[in-house]
Amino acid sequence: MIHSLFLINHSGDIFLEKHWKSVISRSVCDYFFEAKEKAVEPENVPPVLQTPHHYLISIYRGKLFFLSVIQTEVPPLFVIEFLHRVADTIQDYFGECSEGVIKDNVVTVYELLEEMLDNGFPLATESNVLKEMIRPPTILRSVVNTLTGGSNVGDTLPTGQLSNVPWRRAGVKYTNNEAYFDVIEEIDAILDKSGTTVFAEIQGVIEACVRLTGMPDLTLSFMNPRLLDDVSFHPCVRFKRWEAERVLSFIPPDGNFTLMNYHVSSQNLVAIPVYVKQSISFFETGPCGRLDITIGPKQTMGKTVENMMVTIHMPKAVLSANLTATQGNYTYDIATKVLVWDIGKLNPQKLPNLRGSLSIQAGTPKPEENPSLNIDLKIQQVAISGLKVSRLDMYGEKYKPFKGVKYLTKAGKFQVRT
Amino acid sequence: MTTMQRLLQLPVNAVNMVKTVQSQVQGQEEDKSPVLTPDNAPQNWYSALQPDELRHLRSGGTGGGGGGSGSGGGSGGDQEERGPLEEGGGGGSFQTQPLRHDDLKEMLDSNKDSLKLEAMKRIVAMIARGKNASDLFPAVVKNVACKNIEVKKLVYVYLVRYAEEQQDLALLSISTFQRGLKDPNQLIRASALRVLSSIRVTIIVPIMMLAIKEAASDMSPYVRKTAAHAIPKLYSLDPEQKDQLIEVIEKLLADKTTLVAGSVVMAFEEVCPERIDLIHKNYRKLCNLLIDVEEWGQVVIINMLTRYARTQFLNPNINESLLEEGADKTFYGSDEDEDEDEEEKEKKAEATAMAKRKPYVMDPDHRLLLRNTKPLLQSRNAAVVMAVAQLYFHLAPKAEVGVIAKALVRLLRSHSEVQYVVLQNVATMTIKRRGMFEPYLKSFYIRSTDPTQIKVLKLEVLTNLANETNISTILREFQTYIKSMDKDFVAATIQAIGRCATNIGEVRDTCLNGLVQLLSNRDELVVAESVVVIKKLLQMQPEKHSDIIKHMAKLIDNIQVPMARASILWLIGEYCEHVPKIAPDVLRKMAKSFTNEEDIVKLQIINLAAKLYLTNSKQTKLLTQYVLNLAKYDQNYDIRDRARFIRQLIVPTEKSGALSKYAKKLFLALKPAPVLESPFKDRDHFQLGSLSHLLNAKAGGYQELPDWPEAAPDPSVRNVEVPEWTKCSSREKRKEKKVEKPFYSDSEGESGPTESADSESDSASRSESASPSEESRSASESEESEEGSESEEEEEEEQEKDKKKKKKELSKPVQESESEQSSEEEERKHERKSKPRVQTKSDSESESDEEEEESESESSQSESEESESETEVRKKKKAAESKPPLKPVKKENKKESKKEMSLLDLDDFNPAPSPQVTPVNTFLSNSLVTDLEGLSLSDSVLAPATIAPSSALKNYELLHRITGEGLSVEYCFSRQPFSPDANMVAVQMQFTNSATSEAKNLHMEDVKLQSGMRVKEFPEIELLPAGETATAVMGIDFCDSTQAANFQLCTHTRKFFVSIQPPVGELMRPIFLTENEFKKEQGQLMGMNEITEKLTLDVKCRNEHAIVQRVTTAANLSRVPCGSDKECSPPVPPPKHPVHRFAGRTVTSGSLVLVTVATKEEGGAQLTVNCEKMVIGTMLVKDILLALTQ
Repeated sequence: MIHSLFLINHSGDIFLEKHWKSVISRSVCDYFFEAKEKAVEPENVPPVLQTPHHYLISIYRGKLFFLSVIQTEVPPLFVIEFLHRVADTIQDYFGECSEGVIKDNVVTVYELLEEMLDNGFPLATESNVLKEMIRPPTILRSVVNTLTGGSNVGDTLPTGQLSNVPWRRAGVKYTNNEAYFDVIEEIDAILDKSGTTVFAEIQGVIEACVRLTGMPDLTLSFMNPRLLDDVSFHPCVRFKRWEAERVLSFIPPDGNFTLMNYHVSSQNLVAIPVYVKQSISFFETGPCGRLDITIGPKQTMGKTVENMMVTIHMPKAVLSANLTATQGNYTYDIATKVLVWDIGKLNPQKLPNLRGSLSIQAGTPKPEENPSLNIDLKIQQVAISGLKVSRLDMYGEKYKPFKGVKYLTKAGKFQVRT
Repeated sequence: MTTMQRLLQLPVNAVNMVKTVQSQVQGQEEDKSPVLTPDNAPQNWYSALQPDELRHLRSGGTGGGGGGSGSGGGSGGDQEERGPLEEGGGGGSFQTQPLRHDDLKEMLDSNKDSLKLEAMKRIVAMIARGKNASDLFPAVVKNVACKNIEVKKLVYVYLVRYAEEQQDLALLSISTFQRGLKDPNQLIRASALRVLSSIRVTIIVPIMMLAIKEAASDMSPYVRKTAAHAIPKLYSLDPEQKDQLIEVIEKLLADKTTLVAGSVVMAFEEVCPERIDLIHKNYRKLCNLLIDVEEWGQVVIINMLTRYARTQFLNPNINESLLEEGADKTFYGSDEDEDEDEEEKEKKAEATAMAKRKPYVMDPDHRLLLRNTKPLLQSRNAAVVMAVAQLYFHLAPKAEVGVIAKALVRLLRSHSEVQYVVLQNVATMTIKRRGMFEPYLKSFYIRSTDPTQIKVLKLEVLTNLANETNISTILREFQTYIKSMDKDFVAATIQAIGRCATNIGEVRDTCLNGLVQLLSNRDELVVAESVVVIKKLLQMQPEKHSDIIKHMAKLIDNIQVPMARASILWLIGEYCEHVPKIAPDVLRKMAKSFTNEEDIVKLQIINLAAKLYLTNSKQTKLLTQYVLNLAKYDQNYDIRDRARFIRQLIVPTEKSGALSKYAKKLFLALKPAPVLESPFKDRDHFQLGSLSHLLNAKAGGYQELPDWPEAAPDPSVRNVEVPEWTKCSSREKRKEKKVEKPFYSDSEGESGPTESADSESDSASRSESASPSEESRSASESEESEEGSESEEEEEEEQEKDKKKKKKELSKPVQESESEQSSEEEERKHERKSKPRVQTKSDSESESDEEEEESESESSQSESEESESETEVRKKKKAAESKPPLKPVKKENKKESKKEMSLLDLDDFNPAPSPQVTPVNTFLSNSLVTDLEGLSLSDSVLAPATIAPSSALKNYELLHRITGEGLSVEYCFSRQPFSPDANMVAVQMQFTNSATSEAKNLHMEDVKLQSGMRVKEFPEIELLPAGETATAVMGIDFCDSTQAANFQLCTHTRKFFVSIQPPVGELMRPIFLTENEFKKEQGQLMGMNEITEKLTLDVKCRNEHAIVQRVTTAANLSRVPCGSDKECSPPVPPPKHPVHRFAGRTVTSGSLVLVTVATKEEGGAQLTVNCEKMVIGTMLVKDILLALTQ
C-alpha cells in the first residue's frame, strides 16, 4: 500500500525519508515540487498527484508536507487518514509536529514509522500501544536515561497488542485517579452583508484526559442527548449503548484522546454570539478606501466573549491601512495583505470599533472583490448548543476518581461576507 | 591513534558538535568556541563520569525537554551537513566522513551496549535523512545477535533497509531470525518473522515460505497477523509462490480473531483478489467480526466485501429503478442525454422483464452486510466512513442509501485533504442520487478561506444539486462567489452558472442576463469566461438574443483572452444572419489583426470568413480572399491546412469537386446546443472512494467493480459447517474470547440472521456438539410455524380448535396456552418481517428451502392479518367469549396469580411467590373488555370501572436471540398491580431458550438505577431447558420517570447488559372517577398543569371505540363513563361531538393524570392532559397524540 514516506519542509527540503518496501529515489518528489510551484499556496497543492510510475498522496500539516508514494490502487482517504495519524502521533509524542522537533527526535520518529506500518500496511496506530513499544521522551526520563545509559526504547516487550482492549495498555496505575472531559464547541457560520445568517451550525468535540488505574468502565451521560444529531466516536465507545440509551459507555484509552465528535442538529437555531457591523468601500476617485467595523455581543448566554479577533484578507491592491481602534490593536501585513485586529475581551458597554482609511496602489483600478471577515472568539464555561454532561459513572474499579467537565465555545469557520 | 584514544576523543567531538548545534539556535557568539565554554558549570561535575557517558548526558541535555536521547541521533545527523561549514571554527579535530564511519565501526565493535546503541542511533539517523550507510553493513550485521533489545531493534531497522544491497552479508543474519522464530515469546517470534520477511533477498524465499506456514498456525494471533503481513512481501519477492501462499491465505481466512482478519484480507487483495471463492465460507464471519476489527482492516474488508457482494447478490434496485427513475426522468429530464435515455429504457425494459419473472427478495447475507457496516458510519476514521459510504452507494437499495449523506457531510469538517477526496466522491454521488444531499445544500457553501480546489469541488456539488426549487438560493450564493478574489474560482463559478442555466430552463434568461452584466466586469478573465459560457447558452435559442450578440461583437476590441475572442467570432459567424451589418465589419477588423492572433482565434477568423462568404459574398469576398491568403502562409500547419481546405470548399473552381455544392450545408448546418455536463458524470463505474475514481483513470492493481449478476449464484456456498470453526485451535484463544466477550457483547447484538462466529463457537463450546443445536432450532421453528398456522385455523374454526388444544396440552404440558402462542406468533412474525428470513443459516440446502417457503407463507399470512385486522379483532372477540369456560381447566396446569383481571379470574388456587402473569389472560380479558366496552357505549350505566387496555400488550425485546446466544427475552408491561410493592410497575418477562443447551440460574445482577428507583428482582429461574419458554415478573419503581433501569441478566455462563425503559403511559395505573369527580379534579389542575394540544384524528380513528382503544393502549388509564351523572334523566341522544375522559394515577407518587379528548368536526379534536407532574404530562401528550394521529 504505502510504499515510501518523505517529509518535506516549507522550502522544499526532504529532511526525512522512510521506505517500507524497496527504496524509491527521492527524484520522485520532483513531480510534487512542480505541482507545489504551480499551486503557489501550499494549501492549494493537490493532495493526489499522478506520475508516470507512482501516485503521490500528500498532506500539509504544521508547515510540513507528508508525502507518501503509492504504486497501486489504494483508497486515497486511507493514506490521507494514515498520514494525519502519523502527524498526530508525532504531536502526541513530542508536543508539536514541526520540522525542528522531528529533526531532534529523528531516531524515535523513524522507529515510530517502522512500527506504524509493516510492508505499507498499518500495524500499530493506537497511541497507547505505540507508547509501550517506544517510550515518549520526558524530561525526567531523559535525565534518568543519561545517568543509567538507558534509552527510549522499552526494555519490556509490549503487551498491548494482546490485551483484549486494543486501545488501552494493561497495568495502568495512578495515585491520583482523574478523568477530565472538555466539551468544545465551534460555531461555523456564514453571515451575509446585512448580518443575516446564511448558514450556521455547531460542531462539537469531547476531548478527554483520563488517568485511571486498572480497567475502568466509564459511562458518560448527557442531560440533553437529543441535541446531538450526527456523532462519530473513538473506537472505544460502545455504539449499541449509544443507539439504545444515548449514553457513552466505554473503557477509555490511557491519557488524552478524542472521545467523540458531534454535530448539533440543524433544527436547533444556532445562537450567534456576536454581531458585526461593517462597511468596507473603495472609492472610484482617488487611491483610497474606507473601513469601519463595529462588533457587539448578541447571544452570549451571560458570559463574556474573549479572545476576539478579526482577520481580513485584503485585495491585492490595498497598500496600507491607516486605522484607529477603540480597543485592541491592529496589524496590517503588506506582504500577505492580511489585516488582523486583535480585540481581546468584548466589553458590552463600550463596543470596539475599527475605522479609518485604506490606501490603494496608485494606477490600479478600484478593487471589485469584497474581502470577507473571519472572526475568532472564545467563550469560557459554556457550550453554545446547551449540551450538558449530566453524570459520569465508573464501573469495574473500586476507587473514587476525580471527575471534571469543562465547557468552551469557540468560533470555527466564522465568516462575515461584505 | 589507539582505539582508546580515539574513544576518549570522540566525546569531545560529540560535545563540540552538540555545542554547535546548540549555539546555532542560541546565538552566534558561542559559535566559535571549539570546546566547552567556561561558564558551562556542570562540566566539573560531569568529569567524574566516563567520557562516553558524559556525551550521553550532553546530548540528552541539548534535546531539551522533549529531546530525549533521540537528539543524540539527530545531532549526529546534523554533523554531516554542517561539517563543511564548521571546519574553520570547529577546530582541527573535526572528522571527515570516512573517518567518521570508521568511528562508528569502532563503536559497534566495542562491547559496551551504550556505545553500540549510540552508533546505531547515528546510523539510523543517517538512513532517515537518506544518506548512504551501506558500507557499515558488516559492522552492523554482527550485532544482530546483540542481547540488548534496543540495539537489536535498530539493527533490524538497518538490515531491512540494506539487506537487498548486500545480499551475501545479509545471509549471515538469517540464522538469528530462524532461532527467533522458535522463541517462546510471541512478540519475538513475530518480530523475527517481520524482519525476515522484510529482507528482500530472493535466496531465502524457501526459508520465508516455511516460516510463514509455521507462523500461520501459531498459537498467538499476533504472530498469525504477522504471517498475514508477510504473505504479500513474499509474493512480491517471488510470484512463483502464489499457489502455496493462497493455501496459507485460505487457512488464515478461516481464522476468527479480529486481529488477523484485516491483515489476511489485505494479503488476499494483494495476492489473489480474483479468488472470490475463498471468501464464501468466511463471508458471514467477516461481516460479524467487522465492527471489532481495527480501523485499517475495516477499510480493506469493506472494500473487498463490496466487490464480493456485487458478484453474489442481485441488484436491489431492479424493481425500484422502474418505479422511481421513471418519475425522476420526467422531472429532471433536461440533464439526461437522449441516447442514454434510450439505453436506460432498454435496461428498464430488461429489468421489467426480470422483475416480472421473479420478485426481488434481498438475500439475507446481503442484508447482513448492510446492517453490520452501518454503525461504522460513526467511525472517527474518514477512510472507514468513506468505505461504508461507497458500499452503501454500490450495494444498498435506493431507499437506504440516504443514511450515508450525513456522515459524508460530517467529513467535510475534517482536514482539507479529506475534504478534497470526499467532495470528489460526493460530486459523483450527487449526479446519480441528487436527493440524498439536498438537505445538506448549505454545508457545501463556500468560504473565502477554502483552498481553490475545495472551492471548485463544492461548486461542482452545488451545481449538481441545483433544481427548480433551490436554484434561486444557489444563484444568490453564486453571485457572492463571483466577487471573490480567487480568479480561478470565479471562472469556475461562471461555468457553474452556465450549467445551471442549461439544466434548468426557468432560470436561463436570468442567468444569461447576469452573465451579460459580467461582460462589463473589469477583470478580463471574468469577461472571457462569461463570453465562453454565454456562447454556449446562446446556442440554445439564438433568435431571441441578437442584441447580446451585438454587444459581444463590440467586446472584441477589448477582450484579449484567446478563448473568448474565438468564442465571439464563432458566435458572429454562426449567427451572422442575425447581425448582418456588424459581421462583415468584425471580419474587417480581424483581418487587420490576423497575424497577431493566437491560433484558435485565427481558426475562428477563417471560419467566420467562410461563413460570411457563403451568406454575404458581395461584401466579404475580398476580405475572405485576403484572410485566406494570410492563412496560406501562416506558421501553423493546422491553419494552412484549414485555409486550403476552406478555399477549395467555398470558392467554386473547375477543379473543385462535388463537395463545394454542399458548402452551405456544411457550414451553416444547424448545430445542436452543447450539453454542459459535469466532469463527474459516469465516473461511478469506478468503485467510489478508490484512487482510480479520484483520478478518473484506472490505477495499477485496481479491481473492477463487477456488474450485478443476472441471477444470484447459489447462496448456500456461504453456509458453513458449524463444527469446522467451533473447534478452537488453542486453549489460549478460547480464554481470550471469553474475556473479550462481555466487552464486545453489545456490539455483537446486531449480528442478525446469521450466527456471529463468536457466539456460535461459544455456545458450541458449552454444548457437546453444535450441529444438533441447529437442528433443534430449526425444528422448534418449524413447530412454531405449525402452531402459527394452527392458531390461524383455530380462529376460524372454533370447534376444531378445542380438540387441538387438548392435543397440544397433552403433548406439551409446560407450554402456555394457545392464544398466547398465537400472540407470540404474531410478534415473531413481526420480528421476522423486520429481519427477513432469520432461519437461513441452516446447514443443508433443503432445509433452507423449506424454511424459505415457510417464511414466505408466513409473511403472506401476517399481511393478510394486518389487512383484515378489524375482522380479526372481532373474531378474536368471539373466540374470547367462547374461551372463558375453558379457562379454569387450563389454568390448573399453570402457575397464575390471583391478581389477574377480575373479569376472568375465577379464583386461582395456585399460590405463586410473585405474581406471574401470562399474556393469555390479559389478551382474553382485553378482547372481552373491548367487547363489553362496545356494548357499554350506548349504555352508560354499565360502564365498567376497570376498563383495561383494549389491545394486545406491546412486547419489547430485552435480549435478542443472537446476542443472547440462543436465549431471547422479551418483556411487556402487564398493567397488573405488582403485589409485593404497589409503587412498582410490573414487568413481565418471557424467556425463550432456543439454544441446544439448557440455561441455568437465570437471574439478575448489578442493577444500575437512577437515584430513587428501585427494583424487585424476579425469582431466579433455576433451569430453562433447551427449546422451552418461561415467564417471570419483576417490579420496577421508575420513580415516575422514563429513565431506563439497567441491569445484567445472568445465566450460569454469561452476563448480558440489558435495560428496560418504560413508555410514559406505563407509569400510571387506572383509577375510577365519575364525570363530576373528574371535572372537579380537573378544575384543580389548571394552568401550568394543563397541556392542551389540537390534532386531527386519523381516519380510522374517528369512532368512539377506536379513540378509547388507542388512548388506553398508549397509556394505562381507565375511561371515565360519560353521562353517568345524568343517570336518572331520560336517555338523551348521544352528543354529536362526544368528549372522552380518562383517568389514572402515577404509580409511584399517585399524582392524578387526567386525559380529555374532545372531538370536533371533521376529525378535529382537542387533547387535554392535566397532571401535576408536568414532565409526565408533556410526554403523555406526545404519546397519545401519536397514537391518535397514526
